[in-house]
Amino acid sequence: MENGMLIKTTDLTKVYPMGGQSITALDKVNLSFAKGEFAGLVGPSGSGKTTLLNILGSLDVPTRGSAEVLGEKIETLTHRKAAELRNHHIGFIFQTFNLLPVYTVYENVEFPLLLLGMAPAARRRAVLAALEWVHLSDRARSRPAQLSGGQCQRVAIARAVVKKPDLVLADEPTANLDAENSHHILHTMADINRDLGTTFLFSTHDDKVISHLRRKITLIDGRVAKDEPGPAAEKRP
Amino acid sequence: MIRFLTKGILRDRSRSLFPILIVAAGAFLTVAFYCYIQGAEINVVRSSANLRFGHVRVMTAAYAAEADQIPNDAALTGVEALKEKLRTLAPEMDWVARIQFGGLLDVPDAGGETRIQAPAAGMAVDLLTPGSIEPGLLNLERILVRGRLPQRAGEVLIGDELARKLGLEPGAPVTLVGSAMHGGMSMANLAVAGTIRFGIQAMDRTGIIADLADIRGALDMEDAAGEVLGLFRDGIYVHERAKALAAAFNAGPAAPSDSFRPVMQTLAQQPGLDIMIEKMGLFTAILVLVFLLAMSLVQWNAGLIGTLRRHGEFGLRLALGESKDRAYLSLLGEAVIIGLIGSAIGTALGLALAYYLQAHGIDVSGMMKNMSFLMDPILRAKITPFAFAVGFVPGLLASVIGTAIAGRAIYKRRTATLFKELET
Ligand SMILES: Nc1ncnc2c1ncn2[C@@H]1O[C@H](COP(=O)(O)OP(=O)(O)OP(=O)(O)O)[C@@H](O)[C@H]1O
Ligand SMILES: [Mg+2]
Repeated sequence: MENGMLIKTTDLTKVYPMGGQSITALDKVNLSFAKGEFAGLVGPSGSGKTTLLNILGSLDVPTRGSAEVLGEKIETLTHRKAAELRNHHIGFIFQTFNLLPVYTVYENVEFPLLLLGMAPAARRRAVLAALEWVHLSDRARSRPAQLSGGQCQRVAIARAVVKKPDLVLADEPTANLDAENSHHILHTMADINRDLGTTFLFSTHDDKVISHLRRKITLIDGRVAKDEPGPAAEKRP
Repeated sequence: MIRFLTKGILRDRSRSLFPILIVAAGAFLTVAFYCYIQGAEINVVRSSANLRFGHVRVMTAAYAAEADQIPNDAALTGVEALKEKLRTLAPEMDWVARIQFGGLLDVPDAGGETRIQAPAAGMAVDLLTPGSIEPGLLNLERILVRGRLPQRAGEVLIGDELARKLGLEPGAPVTLVGSAMHGGMSMANLAVAGTIRFGIQAMDRTGIIADLADIRGALDMEDAAGEVLGLFRDGIYVHERAKALAAAFNAGPAAPSDSFRPVMQTLAQQPGLDIMIEKMGLFTAILVLVFLLAMSLVQWNAGLIGTLRRHGEFGLRLALGESKDRAYLSLLGEAVIIGLIGSAIGTALGLALAYYLQAHGIDVSGMMKNMSFLMDPILRAKITPFAFAVGFVPGLLASVIGTAIAGRAIYKRRTATLFKELET
């Protein structure tokens, strides 16, 4: 992609039909992200943060404009191509319902690798390494219901990074966590960002998250209101 | 991936238990019904063979042409020689000669004058030769109501209802008035040894069972018989063998134009039984189809509820990079696993019940006091090799079809919407 950009949106617009009217969730958003960024979307509720992350993650499509992610134009992807993009290059962390409750911690982290068709031995190494990163090696056999909210979120991080994706999209990853857990998982993600060069893009209201950001983008009513260096900008590796 | 799916099915009870129970119930009913029908078919075939038609039936061509009129003037002659020939042709069968006859039953008063008369329809069989299989074929011991079985020439059994109508007690004399084989009236003085109840109204009102020798004498039918029946010794009708035997017999040297030449028919050619025997496959197919349809509907609904409940899971899996095709296929994979497990359980239970019915039977004679006594009062089943497979047809297919329809929801929604439904 031009200038080594990982993500580039051009007049990205998303309009939701609502009865007779329509809601403009994103309004001509122009943003670019380079590889290795640790950036966050902030802004009031309803400003379009989730909508933007969903489109960048190819879970949704733009109404107008363009979103180019890892060289793929999201608006032109077929279901299959979109799944492939997510499968190979993007990790997700959601606010709630992050884990498949039926499966163990180990199996949840293993799932993306099953989709990739990775060989069993390599799969096992990768899962154990990912659990190591989030300090949950000893809970591999637990089910999500047996874990605390923070631990669940850490499993979700392990699952998002286990395939070493180029991009991790995290939608309010700390919304349900206390301060200690929030700091813990942010340190984990910052470490992964530093060690693996993975690009992280958050949406958040959380000051603790914001304090770790190296770039902070403020959305208001679906527009980019501010795009500035974050509090952690000087820590850039 | 199959391991992954199986784990999910085994751990998530609501994903597995209900669907497996439905599949198992359907497979169980299908297998049990199937085996019961097989058993019932064998019962009906057996009693039809024993009472009326044999497994194969030899008559003259002329007699066969209007067998329901009992044209004894076209009866077989030279029966002993014919039976000898049949025994050589098919030594694995028993051969019996029978005469069906109609006539008038005349009951005299004390002075020997006619007191009352009634029409009678009779069957003459070999009752008295020691070792005759006829009393066993007709189940005479069991259908006897009053009196005893005939032990001497001239003794007959008559329908209990007919006996009551005519005011006949065991031991009473009756005269049978009929027409002889070569024309002219015939009369035979007989004694009622006992009364019987067939459980078939027409036969109870008019039926008589007489000894073959008596009726031969009365109707001037020495060494003649309306029909010669052949029965496989194990009592089981094997259509292919019967057909081959009839073909071999009918291909004999007799001139085809001779209307008195003996012809052989199989049980499957007899009225009412053609459907029973030859359309059995169709009945089975319909049975299986009905279960398949009913269960598919149930599975579809169960699948709808199931996938609705799992929109969140699928949203998540799609977000993790699973394609919709793959998610749909995994649902079908689950359906196959559930179908196999459920069908196996249901088939095992169905076969267990069928085996019990086959080995012991359930005696329902209490429930059928007034029903046909000719019917075996023991509910039976028969396990055939196909019984092991028949339950899997509705079981597996219904599970897959139901899920295939319900699972289309995955395609009908945007991934983001699927996902959002779990957050609310
Ligand atoms: N599926 C949808 N249909 C209609 N409107 C929607 C839909 N999804 C989002 N919206 C609307 O789009 C706007 C942006 O929503 P979005 O979820 O992106 O906000 P957000 O910034 O993530 O808010 P929050 O901080 O509360 O999570 C809101 O006004 C919302 O009501
Ligand atoms: Mg949001």
